Amino acid sequence: MSEPIVEVSNLRKSYGDVTVLKGVGFSVEQGDLVSIIGPSGCGKSTLLRCLNALETLDSGTIRMAGVTLERSEGERRLDPRFHDFAHELRQRVGMVFQQFNLFPNKTILENVTLAPLVVNKEPREVAEENALRQLEKVGLAGFAKRYPAQLSGGQQQRAAIARALAMNPKVMLYDEPTSALDPMLVDEVLSVMKALDAEGMTQIVVTHEIRFARDASDYIIYMEQGEIVEISDEDEIFTSPKDERTRRFLHRFI
Amino acid sequence: MKRFSLLCLIAAILCTPLLFSDLRAADPAGDKDSSELKWAAAVDSNAPFAFYDAHNHLTGFEFEIITGIARHMTRDPKFIQNSWDGLIPGLGRGLYDCVICGIEITAEKGQEVLFTDPYYITFEQLVVAKGTPPVSSLAELSGRKIGTLEQTAALRMLEETPNVVVKSYAEEINAYNDVCNGRLYGVLLDFPIAKYYAGPNPALEFTGPPFGKITYGIAVSRSRPELAKQINAALGEMVKSGELRDILSRWGLWTPTMAKALKQQADPSLPDTEYKAFAAQFEQEGGIIARLKKYFVYWPVILQGCILTLEISILSMVLAIVVGFLLALMRVYGPFPLKPIAILYIEIVRGTPLLVQLLILFYGLPYIGIKLTPFLAGMLGLGLNYAAYEAENYRAGLLAIPKGQMEAARALGMTHRQGLVHVVVPQAFRMVLPPVTNDFISLLKDSSLVSAVTLIDLTGAYTRIATQTFDYFGTGLLIAAIYLLIGLPFVRLTGWLEKRLSTDRRTPEPKPSFWLGLGA
Repeated sequence: MSEPIVEVSNLRKSYGDVTVLKGVGFSVEQGDLVSIIGPSGCGKSTLLRCLNALETLDSGTIRMAGVTLERSEGERRLDPRFHDFAHELRQRVGMVFQQFNLFPNKTILENVTLAPLVVNKEPREVAEENALRQLEKVGLAGFAKRYPAQLSGGQQQRAAIARALAMNPKVMLYDEPTSALDPMLVDEVLSVMKALDAEGMTQIVVTHEIRFARDASDYIIYMEQGEIVEISDEDEIFTSPKDERTRRFLHRFI
Repeated sequence: MKRFSLLCLIAAILCTPLLFSDLRAADPAGDKDSSELKWAAAVDSNAPFAFYDAHNHLTGFEFEIITGIARHMTRDPKFIQNSWDGLIPGLGRGLYDCVICGIEITAEKGQEVLFTDPYYITFEQLVVAKGTPPVSSLAELSGRKIGTLEQTAALRMLEETPNVVVKSYAEEINAYNDVCNGRLYGVLLDFPIAKYYAGPNPALEFTGPPFGKITYGIAVSRSRPELAKQINAALGEMVKSGELRDILSRWGLWTPTMAKALKQQADPSLPDTEYKAFAAQFEQEGGIIARLKKYFVYWPVILQGCILTLEISILSMVLAIVVGFLLALMRVYGPFPLKPIAILYIEIVRGTPLLVQLLILFYGLPYIGIKLTPFLAGMLGLGLNYAAYEAENYRAGLLAIPKGQMEAARALGMTHRQGLVHVVVPQAFRMVLPPVTNDFISLLKDSSLVSAVTLIDLTGAYTRIATQTFDYFGTGLLIAAIYLLIGLPFVRLTGWLEKRLSTDRRTPEPKPSFWLGLGA
C-alpha cells in the first residue's frame, strides 16, 4: 500500500478554555473520498480549517500532499517557518466553503483565473484556457462572463469548486458545501464531487448530507465533542456501528 | 500596490515644480548679478498703491514709481508678492531688494530697515457719512466709534485721542461699509486709501483738515546703504524730470502737500485718468445685465481662482486618498507601532481645526526652518487633514468586507498581501466611493481656507473683486454659484462610476453612458 496522502495525528485545538479538538488522528489514501459527519459543534469544521491552516493548530502533526505542519505540545512560540509551510500547503490543497465566498466584483472567469494569475503568475491565455476547462467540468461552460450574483446557489458553489480546481490541488476540502443550498440544487453540486472522485481526486468533505456520505464516500469519520468516535466503511457505519454514540446519531437514517 | 505607488509618484511629480519655485524664492537676492530689482509688496485690496486690475495686471502708483526707478537704474523690476506682516522680515532674509508698500517712515521702523527719501507725502483723512456735521479736530470724536486699519499711523493717532472707541479692520472697504451701515461714526485712514475707497461712494464724505503728516519711503536692508543711494538718485531724477508729478497726477494724488514738499506747481500736470477708471467701477448701474457685465470684466481673476481652487482640491484629494489609505491599512492590519501611530494621527488631525493646521504649516513651520510655498502649504494642509477622514472611510470599507473573502483568497494560495490587493481592497474601494466623493465636494469648499495663506483661490478672487467693486453681495452670489458649478461634474462623475462598478448586477445590461447614467 502506498503512503497516505493525508496523515493527521494527535491534533489539538482550543479557543480559550474551550477545547474543540482533543487529539484527532486519521489518514486518507490517494483518491479516497472521505466524509466527516457529526452533530453541530463537534469540531468537524474546525478540523477542516486546521487542515489548510486557516486555523492554527495548538499541537499535533498534519502531513498533507508532501507538506508537514507540526507543533509540539507546550510549544509557546510558533515556528517562524510555520506560515511558510502553511502557505505552501494551501497552494496544494483546494477548499470550498459553505457560503461559496466567490468574489462578487469579479466575473466567474475572473474568479477562476485570479489565483493562477496572481499566485502562479500564469500567462493570461493559459489561465483562461484552463479556467474554461474547469468551468466545463462543473457544467458552467456558458457562464464565464456572468457575475456571481447572477447565478443560482448551486451554480455558485460549482463555480467555487472550479476556482479551487484551477490551482491543480492534490486534495480538495469541502466545508459543508451544500448546507446553504436549496434542496433542489444540492444534487448538482454532489454530482460534481462524485465526478471528481471518479477522476481520482482525493476529497475530504464535512457534511450533513448523510445520504451523499453513504453513497459516495469510501469511508466515513464520525465525530462528537472534539473526538473521532468511529471511522468505518460507508455501509458498515449504518448497518452495524461500532459505537453506541454513532448509533444514536444515525438512528434516523438506519 | 503598484497602482498606489504610481499615484504617489504622480503626486510627487506634480509637487516638484512647487518645491523648486520655493527654492528659487529663497535664493538670496543681493549678491547675484544685479540686473534685476526685486521689489516686494502685499498687493491684495491695495489700490491705489500696487494692485491687480480687472485684467489681472499689476498696476498702481507705487508700481509705476518702482518701475520708473528701476528704469533709471537700468535694472529690470521683478515683483515678489508677500503678506503684509512678512514684508520687513523678508527683506532681512534677503528674499528681495526693497519693499514699496505704503510704508510710513518712522524712527521705530528705521531701526529695522533703511528708508530711502520719501516718494509720497500725505496725511490722514477723516471720512464720515454724508450729512454728518463737520469735524475740525480729532478731539471732537470723543465717545465716537471710529474705524481704521491695523498697524497704521491713523490707528496710533486715534489711540492717542482720549475717549475715541477705535475699531481696527483688515480691509478698508469693510470699514467704509460700516460707516454706510451706521456701525461706525467715521473712518480715519491715509488720504490715498480714502480717495480710492471712500471718494467714489456717494453715501460718504470727507471732513476736517488734513490730520498729521505721513511720509512713505522705500525700505531696503540696513546692510545695503549703496542700494538706498542708487534708489535715491533714481527717485531724484524722476522728481526733477516731472515724471513723479505725472504719475501722481494721473492717479489723482497730486496734492498741495506734495507740491509744497517738492517745490513744484500745485496743479496736476495730467488729468486723473487712472483714478477715473478705478472710480468708474463703483458706479452703480441699474439692472442685472449691467451688473453681470461689470463682473465679466473680472473674468481673468475668477478663472485663475477657479483653476487654483480645482488644482489645490484635486491634488489635496489625491494626497488624502493615498495617505488615508496607508493610515487605514496601518490601523486595521498594522503591527504594534504602526497601529497606535495611525490612531494618534487620525485623532489629532480630526480634533483640531483645519484653519489652525494651515496657519501652523505656513506661518509656524518657518520658525523651525521649514519654509513652504503658499501652494504647498495649502495643499499639504488640506491633504493631510482630509487623509484622517479618508482613513476612517477606508477602515469602515475594509472592515465591511466579509471575512470569508480573505479566507477564500488565502485558501487559494494567496498571501495576506495578495488577498488585500486583489480581493479586499477593490471591493472596499467600491464601497467607499460615495463617501469619498462626498468628501471631495466638501474639500472643494474647505479649500476656500487656503486664502488664509495668501493664495488667490476663488475665495481670494471674491475678496479681491469685492474690495475693488465695493460689492460683497453680488460678487458673493456669483462666487457661490461658481463653487456650485465646479462641484457638480464631480457629483455626476461618481453617480456614473458607482453605476459602472456596481457589484450586484442581476441581469447583464449595457454599461451606462456617462451622461445618461446621471442622477439615477
